[in-house]
Amino acid sequence: MSREDVLVTAEWAEENLETPGVVFVEVDEDTSAYDGGHIPGAVRIDWKTELQDPVRRDFVDRAGFEKLLSDKGVANSDKVVLYGGNNNWFAAYAYWYFKLYGHQDVQLLDGGRKKWELDGRPLSKDAVSRPETEYKAQEQDLAIRAFRDEVVQAINAKNLVDVRSPDEFSGKLLAPAHLPQEQAQRAGHIPSAINVPWSKAANEDGTFRSEDELRELYKEAGIDESKATIAYCRIGERSSHTWFALHELLGYSDVKNYDGSWTEYGSLVGVPVEIGPGAK
Amino acid sequence: MTDGCGAPVQTADLTAGVDLTKEVLLGGQVTADGAPVGGAFVRLLDASGEFTAEVVSSEDGNFRFFAAPGEWTVRALHRSGNGEAKVTADGPGLHPVAVSVG
Repeated sequence: MSREDVLVTAEWAEENLETPGVVFVEVDEDTSAYDGGHIPGAVRIDWKTELQDPVRRDFVDRAGFEKLLSDKGVANSDKVVLYGGNNNWFAAYAYWYFKLYGHQDVQLLDGGRKKWELDGRPLSKDAVSRPETEYKAQEQDLAIRAFRDEVVQAINAKNLVDVRSPDEFSGKLLAPAHLPQEQAQRAGHIPSAINVPWSKAANEDGTFRSEDELRELYKEAGIDESKATIAYCRIGERSSHTWFALHELLGYSDVKNYDGSWTEYGSLVGVPVEIGPGAK
Repeated sequence: MTDGCGAPVQTADLTAGVDLTKEVLLGGQVTADGAPVGGAFVRLLDASGEFTAEVVSSEDGNFRFFAAPGEWTVRALHRSGNGEAKVTADGPGLHPVAVSVG
């Protein structure tokens, strides 16, 4: 796997806006960004209302994903190019989610909305509709999704990578600094986890750092390349960004995203929690 | 479902819905030649220069962060140019910070 297989540049994207078989999909938590102007021809997926089950805390099921993509006009054979705000967090989450349900040809727009806007590339407010398809999804590929019991067993056994900010990791903050801090769960991190904030994998303009820089970053932070790795954050979207760096860009073979992340782990009764800066 | 970690839409009223006796709020406006700059990517960096959070400034150029006491740098990126400013927060309350770009 090389960078070109999993990322497209803004230049490539702008040249391929009308290429048949290429579908641009904007994924965000806040969908007002799309309404204010999106990449011409792009459809939108709402991270919360369309990818999460409305009742249970879990994803929409396989049939639900098939219906969603059919309604959006995405075919199994399409090349899906995902992008979004927040440095592509939700787009990276959707990338991981598309892989979970077996979509073959999916790529991220390197830098997402941010790079696109900083470059001054075109945005459109035109409504987009695509003809309905009959999308078929696969069973979830659980080789890339971690659940809580597996995470507890991974303490001191696998690489646990906590990608939140240092203050969230140490227990000083419960959420990123753009959000209010009152939350139900305990603060801290999973014992034996190393803290490599997601932002270290990205340049200021939102693009991913080079593979050499990324390999050095995780090596320096103490990842043992001979062991399996589980990435987590607060709700699983920032860790999708790091999962993408480790699994897709660096090609580490056994990397899972723990989408339950700190909002689940920090609420579990009886599990070990560590506070402070952690081992270096 | 738990709310996401995504940056919320920034509003003109910096202290709306905030308990200023509890929260350490860093807030202000991005401007260029005195005029508000909306749509700037505003990044909060900690005392060591490490990235902490990022929001997009509102149409009026406003932004805010919920932080902890300490020294912070606010850096703004925009098509028209970049800029940054420092702010020190000693405790709860609104700590104003203005950033000009260009």
